Parts: sequence; C-alpha cells; structure tokens
Amino acid sequence: MTEDMHDRAEAWRWFWRGVAQVATIPSLILMFAFVGFAGLCRDAGFTLAETVFMAGTIWALPANVVLVGAVLSKASIVTAALSVALSSIRLLPMAVAILPEMRTPKTRKLTLYLLSHFVAITAWVMALERFRVIPKTCRTAFFGGMGGTFLVVNLVLVAVTFEIADRLPPLLAAALIFITPLYFLFSLWGSARERESHFAMGIGLALTPVFHWLAPEMDILLTGITGGILAYGAGWLARRGRT
Amino acid sequence: MSFTSIDHPWWPFVFILLAGWLPTDIWRFMGVWLAGHISEESPFLVFARTLATALVAAVIAKLVLYPEGVLAASPIGLRIAAMVLGFAVYLKAGRKVYRGVIAGEALLVGGLWWMGQV
Repeated sequence: MTEDMHDRAEAWRWFWRGVAQVATIPSLILMFAFVGFAGLCRDAGFTLAETVFMAGTIWALPANVVLVGAVLSKASIVTAALSVALSSIRLLPMAVAILPEMRTPKTRKLTLYLLSHFVAITAWVMALERFRVIPKTCRTAFFGGMGGTFLVVNLVLVAVTFEIADRLPPLLAAALIFITPLYFLFSLWGSARERESHFAMGIGLALTPVFHWLAPEMDILLTGITGGILAYGAGWLARRGRT
Repeated sequence: MSFTSIDHPWWPFVFILLAGWLPTDIWRFMGVWLAGHISEESPFLVFARTLATALVAAVIAKLVLYPEGVLAASPIGLRIAAMVLGFAVYLKAGRKVYRGVIAGEALLVGGLWWMGQV
C-alpha cells in the first residue's frame, strides 16, 4: 500500500517535470512554428476556430501544412485525406519506436492509444533524449504531461496570435523558421539509440534531393523508406564486419 | 466534395476530421497496435527507429532545400552552409543543441543581412 502510494507520488513528480518541458528551447521553437502556422492559415482564409481545431486534432505540423495546401487547391476530401495520410506515415514507425520505451506490463492499452496522439517530431525527439534518466514506470506520466502541455499551450498561442502572426519583419520570420531544421538535426542526432540511426540521418539527408527530383509529391516517403532500408543494411554489414 | 462544397457551419470541421485527423491518428494508433505485437529485442524495433529517423531527416532536408514563405527567397548555398556550420559547432562544442542553433542562425541572419536579401 505504502509502496503503491510512493509509486504514484513518483509518477506525479515526473508528470509535472513533463509539464515543465514547455519552458525549454525546443518547446519554444515549436511555439514559433505554430505562430508561423497561424499566419499561414489566416492567409489561406481559414477561420480562427477552424485553425485551432485543425492544429489540435492533427497535431503534426507537416500534415497540417499539407491539409492547408490541399484545401487551397480545392482538392476533394479523398485527395486531401490521401495527401495527409502520405505525409503522416512517419508517425507509425515513430510510435512503434517510442512505445516499448514507456510501456510496462501494468500500462493500460487505452492510455497508450491516447498518448500516441502526442507523438510528433518535437515531443518524440525530446522523449527519446530524456527517457534514459526517467524510471520506466514514470515515462507515460512524463510523456503525457509534456505532450498535453505542448498541445494546450500551442492551441492557445495559435488563437492569440492568429491576427498578428504574419506581421513579423521578414528577417526575424526567416530566422524563426530556420530554427526548426537546425534543432531537429541536432536533437535527432543526439537521440540516436544505435549507429543505424546516424546512418539513416546521413542517407536520408542525401537522398531527399534525388527523390524530390524524381517524385516531388512523394519525396519524404520514398526517402524515408529507401534511407531506412539502406541504413539498416549498412548497420547489419558493420556489425557483421566487427564479429 | 471539397472544403467549401457543402454550405453548412459544421462541414469544415467534418472535413478536417475526415481529411486531417483520421489519416494522421490512424498511423499513430497502428503504431501502438504494432508495438504491442513485437518483442523489445526484435530487430524490427531497430528497423522502425531507422525508418522513423530517415523520414524525419527527409523532413529536415526539405525544410532547408525547398522552404516555403520568407526563407524561399534566401540563397540555397547560405542555408546549407548555415546547417553545416551549426552541425560542426554542435559536434565540436560539447553536443549542446543551443550552441549549434546559435552558430547556424548567426551565419544565416548575418548572411541575409549582409546581402540585403530579406
């Protein structure tokens, strides 16, 4: 009984540490990205309510941007859904990769399905980096605290900045947007669990222009699949060479 | 049926759910389901991480090589140089993300300002 209470107190502690992740550089970068997204939606003619609804239900910026583009091009609902599905496929391996790190035999299935909505690049990279120092039984609490806070804070931010988002000076706007790839690159490198992931980064970066030239609509998907397979193969060869 | 084809206050929200939420969260849910059916020692897990990493790398490369909005007007060589410098600083200066970000940003903003580009 006392042990159970101790566990629960420990989980709550990690939940609040997850909430506190909102005050970190990566979280700040995500906020800038959402301010940019608010401006994009306003320019595209979306209402404030539609923009907030879209940001919260999809909760993945690339898919959001794809949907806005589809609506602007007057795409049918089927075409729009297919484009969004293509851009969101990466969430499947991302969820597969992070789930075993926060699941324990006691974790409820429903908890994991609800938490999976928070799987998006920023929270995923941050979780993989920080999980190492978090007790396994407390990782869902941490991830829920972090993901939930990111969602709520950014939806409020989108609502508040909707009217003023596109009035930033261009140099500042360019600097803000450029933080995203810089941050993703370094934190992805730092969160790698094995050398295959470093291979995957290098190969993925190098292949993108090739597939963008071959098939601009599917470049991310084709790069990801090809790069993933090549990197896995390279890692397998490297391991075999060592033994 | 497009975003504007049904004139009803709820239609845009239904459209967003069907064309945005569903085709996004379905992958997350499938990921949870799949993760429940493979062991933690499975080599498939390493492959899933490799695949996810390559996909995110492609997102990064697209943001740098084919940006939209204000960044699109900046020279591609400057953007690539800023990424390379930032990464070198990140690796050499104790793997601190913020140091790499500051270095990359300094080159980008300095370059744009010097060229009077933006």
